[in-house]
Parts: sequence; C-alpha cells; structure tokens
Amino acid sequence: MSLDRATVRRIASLARIRVEDREEEPLCQELNGILGWIEQLNEVNIAGVPPLTGSGGLAMALRADLVTDGGYPEMVLANAPERVGDFYVVPKVVE
Amino acid sequence: MMLTDLTIAAARDGLRAKAFSAVELTMAHLHAIEALNPRLNAYITVSHARAVDRARAADAALAAGDACALTGIPLAIKDLFCTEGVRTTAASKILGPFVPPYESTVTANLLRDGAVFLGKANLDEFAMGSSNMTSAYGPVENPWKRRQDPNAVLVPGGSSGGSAAAVSARLAMGATGTDTGGSIRQPAAFCGIAGIKPTYGRCSRWGVVAFASSLDQPGPLARSVEDCAILLGSMAGHDPKDSTSANVPVPDFRAACRRGVKGLRIGVPREYRLDGTPDAIERLWRQGIGWLRDAGAEIVDVSLPHTKYGLPAYYIVAPAECSSNLARYDGVRFGARVAGGDLRELYERSRAEGFGAEVRRRVLIGTYVLSAGYYDAYYIRAQKVRTLILRDFTDAFATVDALVVPTAPSAAFAQGENMDDPIKMYLNDVFTIPASMAGVPGMSVPAGLDADGLPLGLQVIGRPFDEETVFAVSAAIEQAAGFTAVPALRAGG
Repeated sequence: MSLDRATVRRIASLARIRVEDREEEPLCQELNGILGWIEQLNEVNIAGVPPLTGSGGLAMALRADLVTDGGYPEMVLANAPERVGDFYVVPKVVE
Repeated sequence: MMLTDLTIAAARDGLRAKAFSAVELTMAHLHAIEALNPRLNAYITVSHARAVDRARAADAALAAGDACALTGIPLAIKDLFCTEGVRTTAASKILGPFVPPYESTVTANLLRDGAVFLGKANLDEFAMGSSNMTSAYGPVENPWKRRQDPNAVLVPGGSSGGSAAAVSARLAMGATGTDTGGSIRQPAAFCGIAGIKPTYGRCSRWGVVAFASSLDQPGPLARSVEDCAILLGSMAGHDPKDSTSANVPVPDFRAACRRGVKGLRIGVPREYRLDGTPDAIERLWRQGIGWLRDAGAEIVDVSLPHTKYGLPAYYIVAPAECSSNLARYDGVRFGARVAGGDLRELYERSRAEGFGAEVRRRVLIGTYVLSAGYYDAYYIRAQKVRTLILRDFTDAFATVDALVVPTAPSAAFAQGENMDDPIKMYLNDVFTIPASMAGVPGMSVPAGLDADGLPLGLQVIGRPFDEETVFAVSAAIEQAAGFTAVPALRAGG
C-alpha cells in the first residue's frame, strides 16, 4: 500500500491540517517510508490472536452517572482565543 | 558538598536536621538555573516566585514538625503536566498561550507531599521524539560532553529531555517525566541518571497532555534509584478521574531498594542482542549480568520472540491514538488560533501553524491507519501483535522475576544526527518500546561510560505492578556499578 499525492491531500483534509502543494511530494515520501517499514508486521502470524484492549487485566471502572463538576464558565473560557460573553467565537457557519 | 549535589534522600535528612533551610535549597537551584539554563534550555518556564513561596511554606512546616515526604524538595516538572496558573505548552506552539485552570493529579500529589516546583521542563513537542529536537521552544543541550570532542552539542534524549538534563546538571533534585515508548528511560540513560516508567495505570494520567493514551505513563527521574522510589511513592496512587488508573495499593518502594537480589531469577532475552549495537553497550550488559550473579541472583536465558515487531506496531498504535487525542487542538476553545475565512480554514491554518513537522507526520500517519478501509489492516493488526508482545513477557515472567537489557542502542548522539530519516530516530527506542507495548514497568540505571566518557544505562523490566522487584534489581546494579561520574556542565562545575 503506497500513498500518492491525492491520498496525502485527503488525509490532511481529514486531519484538518493545511498542507501546501509544495509540501505534498516530500510528505508522500516520508509517509511511504514509514508505512513501508511498518509492512514487516505482515510476516507475523496473527491468526486467532485477539487485539489487545486495555492492559494489566484490570476491569473497567464504573461510576455513578452524576454531574459532579462544572458551573464555572469563566474558568472554562479563560483560555479561549476569542469569546463574547459565555460563548466561543468562530467564523460564521450558517448563512 | 554543594546543596545542589545532594540526593533527595540526603536533602530530606538535612532539612529535618536544620543543616540548611528549604529556602536555601531552592535558592541554590534557582541560582544554578540562572547560570546554566540559558545554555542548556532545560526549562521552558522558570517559576521563581512560586518556588520561593513554596520553600518558605516548607520551612514553616519543618519548623512546626509536620514535614511530609517531599517537603522542601525542589523538582522540575515536565511541561506536559498541567499546573494550575502556570503556562503548560507541551513544547508546542499550539499550546503557547495555554494556562491550565487545574492541576494534574500527579503534580497535585507532589504538592500535597510538600514538593517545590522550580519550573516546567522542556520536551519533544507533545512528547513525540527521542532527542528533544522537536520542541517549539528550542533544543536542550545534554550536560555531558564527549571527551575527544567537547565542542559537540549532544542531545539529552527524549521526550523527557529537559527533565533529564535538569536533574543531571543539578538544576533540580528530581523531575517528573512521561514515558510512551521510552521517553523517561532513554533520556535518563543519555544523561547518566535513573528513571522509571511504572506499570501502565500506576500513576494517574489526569491532567497530563495526552499523546497515546494506551501507552502514556508518568514516572520520575532522579540521580539515584532510591530517589526515584521516593518520588514514585508520592506520584502513584488510584485516581477516579482516570478510568485506567489502577486501584491497587502503593507499596513502600523505598524499602524495596534495600531488598537485594539474592535468590531472584533474572532473565536475559536473546532478542535484545542486535547487530550494530556498540561493543561498549554489549560489554556493559554482560558486566551487569555478572554483577547480579555476584549479588546472588540466578541468570536465565529467555526468549521474547516478538521483540522486533514492537517498534513497527508502536508506530501504528501511537500515531493512531495521537491523531485522535490531538483533534482537540482546533484554535477555538484554547491554545493558539490562526484566523481563517471559514471554520474549516480556521481549523486547518491553526493546526498547520501550531504543529511542528514530527507532530504533523504522526497525526497524518494516524489519520491514515484509522481511515475507512485501513483500520483492520493496520490498527487491529498492530493491536494483535501487541497481544503477542504481552504474551512474550507473561511467558518470560512465569520463569523469571525480572529482565535486564540495555536501555538504548547508543549513547547520546549530537544535535543534527539521526535527523535525515524519521525511522533512524525511531530506532533509538528499540529496547524501550516492547515494555511500553506490554504496559510493564521498566527502569534505566546509569551503569557505566563508553570510550567517549558518555553515560550508558541498563534497563530492568518487571512484572505488572511489581515495581518493587524492579527497584531491588536496579539498586543492586547501581551499587555494583558505583557510578560516580558527573557531567561537564553542572551547577558549580
């Protein structure tokens, strides 16, 4: 599996990272180098092996479905790049 | 002896005996930072005033006779731990303006026990790197120098490179780090200090900027095994705010350092013998095995057959998880923003401008391996290989109590080396990644010097939640090695 420039454009778009035209070719080569190296995993026999999920064999923790935190919009919004009142500001999304 | 040369254990005794005050101890470190940090760049942020305030409070507690485990001990905090009211950058431009309104659980635990935070230590951006070269706040200089080439600027390793350099150069008595694929152990080895990645789940990840959530684990770096044990005792513990935090008791790690290795079975995995590993590292490994045998351990050859697949599997799992975790940096809720004509352009420009080259590379790889049609071929396959890696360790630990291997395949390299090809840099973590993938604890201990006079580390790997044996074996290596070398650049040096 080898990436072409169109695929790089597509994944950059999925990742919401702007990639300039001149960056596509070097990125293609870098990513293909890494993906080619990863291909060695294909020689491992994984038949019947379950994927590892979680670790240490610990049971997933459960807690009561209760609101235990919140109620401080000032703190939440303190790091907003742009705000009006208790709202984040973004470019207009609805005409 | 200078105050900055003390171990944490000795400084605790000195503070309690009123041989010096906490303010004197903190000031000694702040002066050392002032003198050396402009060159080493180990700290991104120095919190001078806060540190002095905390030291004063420590002196009051000492005078009142209610000192805790770390009262008055000055530490460096990797700039990946959120610290309330102190900027936390993750060494990324995108978090440049971020001041957390909350304290991470691990740093809150250290504050509870009286520690003094000197500042926020440099690291690879979002902890992605093995050299500290990817920091948006500039590289860190390793305080150690090659004997024959003292002008070469060496890297401290990464990603906890600032933490390791600060502790090594006596700009802190200890430091927090995080380890996803070797980010505590490899820089500890490169800087001639000790560092432990605990079992996954031992320390809470709450409030630690996330990289790869199934691998990230906080841990301490310090100049002795015992100091790491003291720090881990404070950092560890169950936290309901992290669902992967283990609800298991925190044992007396410090006491475990004095257990010795008599009667322990120590495994030597044959797959860690790699072509191209420098002779000095092979030799040190054999020497370490000899030390443990002399101390009464039984040495057993073991096999971890899937070792070589750890690295490529890691470079699917870690980027996949990082691409999900880093989706939160959108230029809207916190962090840096670059304006755009519409919302999509705002996202794309903020992220292009805010992320460095290595972070972008990993987000793109992660996005690709998780994208429709590739998920099974990459991510699920890698997680299956991970199961096999864990089985290797489980099988080995059925017959041995711990494993001893090298920490890294080289000593510290120079800035600019290994930069031409990302895979070359990735290979530096070949000996640390398998334990990360399995979630088992691993500790690096400084054990010797190479022909250039650079420190080399040995790594002790243990069973899940058996850090006590890891400390016991590491302390035995430390004692036998008698490692007393110091870096060329250090406080008062």
